[in-house]
Amino acid sequence: MTPSINKSRRNFIKVSAAAGGGMLIGINFLNCAPDKIPVEVMKAIPKEWFEFDSYIKIGETGLVTIFSANPEIGQNIKTSMPMIVAEELDVDWKDVVVEQAPLNTEWYTRQVAGGSQSIRQGWTTLRRAGALARKMLVDTAADQWQSESADCYVEKGIVKHKDGRELSYGELASQASQRETPDPESVPLKKSSDFSIIGKSKRNVDMEGILSGEPLFGLDYKREGMIYATAMRPPAFGQILKDYDDTETKKINGVLDVIKFGDKIAVLAENTWAAMKGKRVLKANYTQEGKAEDSEYHSKTLRDHLEKKSDEPLRVDGNVDKAFAEADEIFEKTYEAPFLPHACMEPMNFFAHVTDEKVDMVGPIQTPAWTQSRIANLLERDAEDITIQMTRMGGGFGRRLYGDFALEAAEISHLSKKPIKLVFSREDDMLAGTYRPASAYKFKVGIKNSEVTAYHLTEAFFNGSMFGQMHSNFPCGAIENYRVDSHNIPSNVTTGAWRAPYANFLAYAEQAFLDELATRLNKDAVALRLELFDKAKNNPVGEPHNYEVDKFVGVIKLAAEKSNWGNAPDGVYQGFSAYYSHNTYVAEVAEVVVKEKVPTIQKVICAVDCGIVINPKAALNQIEGGIIDGIGHALYGDFNFVAGQTQSTNYHQYRLIRMPESPEIEVHFVESKNDPTGLGEPTLPPAGGALANALAAATGERYYSQPFVKINDVLG
Amino acid sequence: MATYTIFVNGSSKTVNADPDTPLLWVLRDELGLVGTKYGCGIAQCGACTVHLDGAAMRSCVLPISTISDQKVITIEGLDSENSHPLQEAWREHDVPQCGYCQAGQIMNAAALLKENKNPSDDAIDEAMRGNICRCATYPRIKKAIKTAADKL
Ligand code: FES
Ligand code: FES
Repeated sequence: MTPSINKSRRNFIKVSAAAGGGMLIGINFLNCAPDKIPVEVMKAIPKEWFEFDSYIKIGETGLVTIFSANPEIGQNIKTSMPMIVAEELDVDWKDVVVEQAPLNTEWYTRQVAGGSQSIRQGWTTLRRAGALARKMLVDTAADQWQSESADCYVEKGIVKHKDGRELSYGELASQASQRETPDPESVPLKKSSDFSIIGKSKRNVDMEGILSGEPLFGLDYKREGMIYATAMRPPAFGQILKDYDDTETKKINGVLDVIKFGDKIAVLAENTWAAMKGKRVLKANYTQEGKAEDSEYHSKTLRDHLEKKSDEPLRVDGNVDKAFAEADEIFEKTYEAPFLPHACMEPMNFFAHVTDEKVDMVGPIQTPAWTQSRIANLLERDAEDITIQMTRMGGGFGRRLYGDFALEAAEISHLSKKPIKLVFSREDDMLAGTYRPASAYKFKVGIKNSEVTAYHLTEAFFNGSMFGQMHSNFPCGAIENYRVDSHNIPSNVTTGAWRAPYANFLAYAEQAFLDELATRLNKDAVALRLELFDKAKNNPVGEPHNYEVDKFVGVIKLAAEKSNWGNAPDGVYQGFSAYYSHNTYVAEVAEVVVKEKVPTIQKVICAVDCGIVINPKAALNQIEGGIIDGIGHALYGDFNFVAGQTQSTNYHQYRLIRMPESPEIEVHFVESKNDPTGLGEPTLPPAGGALANALAAATGERYYSQPFVKINDVLG
Repeated sequence: MATYTIFVNGSSKTVNADPDTPLLWVLRDELGLVGTKYGCGIAQCGACTVHLDGAAMRSCVLPISTISDQKVITIEGLDSENSHPLQEAWREHDVPQCGYCQAGQIMNAAALLKENKNPSDDAIDEAMRGNICRCATYPRIKKAIKTAADKL
């Protein structure tokens, strides 16, 4: 695209938000000063929009608005999902404007960002939405021509008759939108070989706003009369508020009010700075009611549980104990990882305006529908009274699944009777997290005649245990005697999903273990895996396992081939890792070099099978990000509790990976015609293992605990 | 409260603020320039990077009382057409994921390119070390900086 088209596209987007109407009402905070719009662009802006379904409206000029229903957290679905609609609608992508839809449980199913499921679960719905509208437009043209739809075809938003007549979507929209919606099942979908938008990289639809600093994010949101709020929460888990003194707070310029709600105290102010400052001088006393947990306790508790079997194992094939008794050798390793905050770049925040008539919520949220029902409960209101608009999110990683911040905002607005925006400082964000739980895994195998005859995995996890079919992941099915035990240990630390839940550390432990096991067996790491896959394919053990051998082997072989596995140049040490999660198969080879005695990761070669790739450049972005995120947290993710209180309060005490430590990433997709799966998460789980295995190859040292680099090593 | 006149993106603005108010919050809350982001408030993440007389500065730790007549440029004023070579390179490489850190990254990179028109990989790493991208778009940021440098 040339820059001039860029600019007009940007203006289209602005104008369309300004033009408003129907579903757009209320979303026009997207900074759309009408005086900035050049006159020639105005002509293309429709006077009227005709709605086809909840995803599409078409104006009389032929401009198409496609609504993106799911929340955007940086996974780029605001571009990729409308691409799927546009493909079946058969329009030119440059004539498409994308708008974020508000929460509407009648129009949309699953308005959630989580589990890498948006694309996978939206795929058919979105294609149908496009195909239905296309059919209505084609049928309308055929009627006008007194002809058959079968004699018509579509090219870039123009219905053409084989005799040469043409009608544009813009000309047809008004009439077509009145038609009865055809039965979705009756509308054929395109063959993947006919795709012209899907599979071609399309730039992020919010690019212009991001590059020019427009207010896209929750923290940027402003409303006439809005005031700002910060909240002081108990500083440690297990504590409750005893009393507080707000004398100093009230002396701060700009502070308007101090309100207690539950165990928390809100400071309301004219601006963010005053609200933050007011909170800083607020004095409060707390009493310890619940257990004051610290990291030593967490670690010991996890390890103690690993020595026990659970009452109900998650899976049992054969008899591991018998096999262990008969084995030549037992090989056993334990892996441990700490709690982790999400550390999204945009701290938690939410706008709320609670009045007698309605509850108006705006902000960054991965789960708008769940949040709506929780606010309804909290305020004892009907869900219908509550509207939720989703802003672009400055990262989520699971943190914004939990609407605690939205509920707090609603409560503060309810009590203060004002439109407020609740803002977390970075410190608040670190102290009031829904952390990735600390966990530990023990792997124990029995070896007889150089074969693995038994495999016993024990999990110890706070506030959860592996879910779904995770216990039937590889190498389940490949080993005669196989058992998974799991201990779900309660903790009063608030916990939740963190990018690739469970898999984010389980994969690390498993892949580091398999690597060490291969070394123990004198086998190549890839060869050992392929041997096991062979068994799982030809002679599977027990109930069906949770992976497709061919797809898994496909990515492993591709990564091995592209990385020249086993033949790295002198001085380059490779580590292998492969994992299946979120319906996507991933294999990664990390390459470590030793520079001045310091091992450094310089490259990761990655093979992915995620079915059809919708938006290649954006898909690569997710993959690159996932891998670097996995490596960063394996290296540096250090987070500790003392007496229930987090010890890291800001980025100076919580190290995130930065540019100098980030490796180059090379990605290879398995060519596929299968329905697409997600990419937001699945490249993260194998990354830490690939790194650990490469480090072991380079230095001989094995890492059994994350992070490899402790924060105290850095801070001294 | 005191009254300050500062020069932002080529025009002078008068604001009432406490002397210790960071420039960041003056830009965001008082002047409606929300492209400059809050990430940490302690000069650790770079999300709030602006130019002060051409140098990249963390606006979260710059009290308004210290700005006086230094020229402030924010992402909104980097280029009147949003066509700075870095912005063009960002489009070309489709850099952002969530996008939150990107204004800070661009402002920091713009100051680097002003000093060093042809930075090496190491020089880019060194200059960009202070800017966190939680989504880890680092490989693209680096490529985009090189693309922009090539065009200078
Ligand atoms: S907000 Fe200023 S450096 Fe992080
Ligand atoms: S793009 Fe999300 S923090 Fe950088």
